[in-house]
Amino acid sequence: MNPETLSGDTVIDAVSAVFMVAGALMSLAAAVGLLRFPDLMTRMHAATKPQVLGLFLLLFALGLQMRSWWVWPVLVVAWIFQLLTVPVSAHMVGRAGYRTKHLHPELLSTDELEAVVQQAAGKRGFSDDDGDEASAGR
Amino acid sequence: MMQLVLTVTAVVLSLAAGGAIIRIARGPSLLDRVLAADVLLAIVGAALCIDMAANRHLNNLMLLVAVSLIGFVGSVTVARFVADRREKTRES
Repeated sequence: MNPETLSGDTVIDAVSAVFMVAGALMSLAAAVGLLRFPDLMTRMHAATKPQVLGLFLLLFALGLQMRSWWVWPVLVVAWIFQLLTVPVSAHMVGRAGYRTKHLHPELLSTDELEAVVQQAAGKRGFSDDDGDEASAGR
Repeated sequence: MMQLVLTVTAVVLSLAAGGAIIRIARGPSLLDRVLAADVLLAIVGAALCIDMAANRHLNNLMLLVAVSLIGFVGSVTVARFVADRREKTRES
């Protein structure tokens, strides 16, 4: 009985060690993406990796290491808050990046927002913030 | 084994933080810098997580929850600010 529980312990340690290294590598991947990608949109794509998957892997490793059941709800709450708040900031940054032309249009395969922006510019005279915003949300 | 994991993750996270700081220093626009600062915050959160997991304590757990709750406020604020300023310079 005793060697069996010992090997189970070792297995849990090994799994959490693998998850910790993988979660750290997500951060490294984000840094490499930040340094090498050409414009804001592609860098945003790279920046999401440690924020969602990396945090998930590390919280899972933490839960495995603690070996108690009551930490899991707290870890789930931390991850769900991250899942709720990361899209908000990504949406705002991407929207501001599109508005201020921080992108290479020749690298986009499709630009679905451009037709809407053109239509709003024709309708409202390309003047204020609100027309753009209302049509983008439509 | 935990010592080896701690060393490997420390090296990897240091490299990642260095890359994010280089992007903050060099980033051509303000939005790039904000994005890199978000990544740096995620790296700090990862370091807190790994510290807790390797040393088996939970001292930083509430800090991690708070970071994941209010970490988006800064980038949202800066994104609004950038949009407003560009709008005004384009009008004038």
